[in-house]
Amino acid sequence: MCTMLVHQAKISGSGKGTKGWFALREANVSYDHPFDLPLEHALNIDFVNEAEGPGARVAVELTPESARKLAHTILEMLDRAEGGGYLSPREPA
Amino acid sequence: MYQTNMYEGMLAETVAIPSTDGDVINAYFARPLGTGPFPGMVLIHHLPGWDEWYREATRKFAHHGYATLSPNLYHREGHGTPEDVAAKVRAAGGVADDQVVGDVAGAMRYLRSLPYVNGKVGLFGTCSGGRHTVLVASRITGFDAAIDCWGGRVVMSKEDLTAKQPVSPIEYTKDLSCPLLGLFGEEDQSPTPAQVAQHEQALKAHGKTYEFHMYAKAGHGFFYYDRPAYRQEQAVDGWKKILAFLEKYLGTST
Repeated sequence: MCTMLVHQAKISGSGKGTKGWFALREANVSYDHPFDLPLEHALNIDFVNEAEGPGARVAVELTPESARKLAHTILEMLDRAEGGGYLSPREPA
Repeated sequence: MYQTNMYEGMLAETVAIPSTDGDVINAYFARPLGTGPFPGMVLIHHLPGWDEWYREATRKFAHHGYATLSPNLYHREGHGTPEDVAAKVRAAGGVADDQVVGDVAGAMRYLRSLPYVNGKVGLFGTCSGGRHTVLVASRITGFDAAIDCWGGRVVMSKEDLTAKQPVSPIEYTKDLSCPLLGLFGEEDQSPTPAQVAQHEQALKAHGKTYEFHMYAKAGHGFFYYDRPAYRQEQAVDGWKKILAFLEKYLGTST
């Protein structure tokens, strides 16, 4: 891809790929050519588990506006959960 | 040129080829049937991966008389769907320039070893493969023609340089070892028309043989019929220019 703008975040969670659920270990966030979304560049997130090979991947490709909306929505939801006392202080192993 | 009363046959298959570093990587190979001799072509896939478009392009060059080899530059990253493997490479910041040069050199040597190749070998790449085309044609000898389609980051700022891409390809211009055809779109963001002009100035300054075409109303990837960037008129003209360029510098079997 031509921008080469990419950043990896270490994460914990589960993702559902083509072979079912698997443990997520990394989120690769890039702003570069998408594979499917009909734009030249998009905000791409690959939720992966590198140790399980290239196929352990859940992919999303978002317009920049959608990506910002998603990021704000995630943070707002976490704030509400924290305010309601629902947020677990511990990350799952 | 193909005529309707001509015989045509083609063999297309996956093969394994040695790279310069001793690794064996897979490659997609398509060639016309017959004893030839045929010119050779190496195709350098784009960062979206060693995908279906590149298989089709490999067969297209074979249809036009070229023994054509498209090495899998992501072979060492593991196997999966082309998209999954390409996503892994994207996350890793691409593959190292030195590794690409070694793999493409291996592909060139493989073609030159074949008894039905006429001794001429060309190079073609799009997107990151266009950048790699300029890089390889400048760093090694053995190619007789090179085609850069909208290769971004041929002109790189210091901030763009990484451990994997430590040198801006334009810096190697004095060493470009064969004629270069470049196809670009004036609406492209990478390379921008200004970057293409900068590259052209460097080619002129070093007295290199080149032919650049900047298409109006086209952006990045205007050959890709499965993407919104596709521009029919410009793509048809671009393919004509590619085949004419190869005919001039490599010849064909017919």
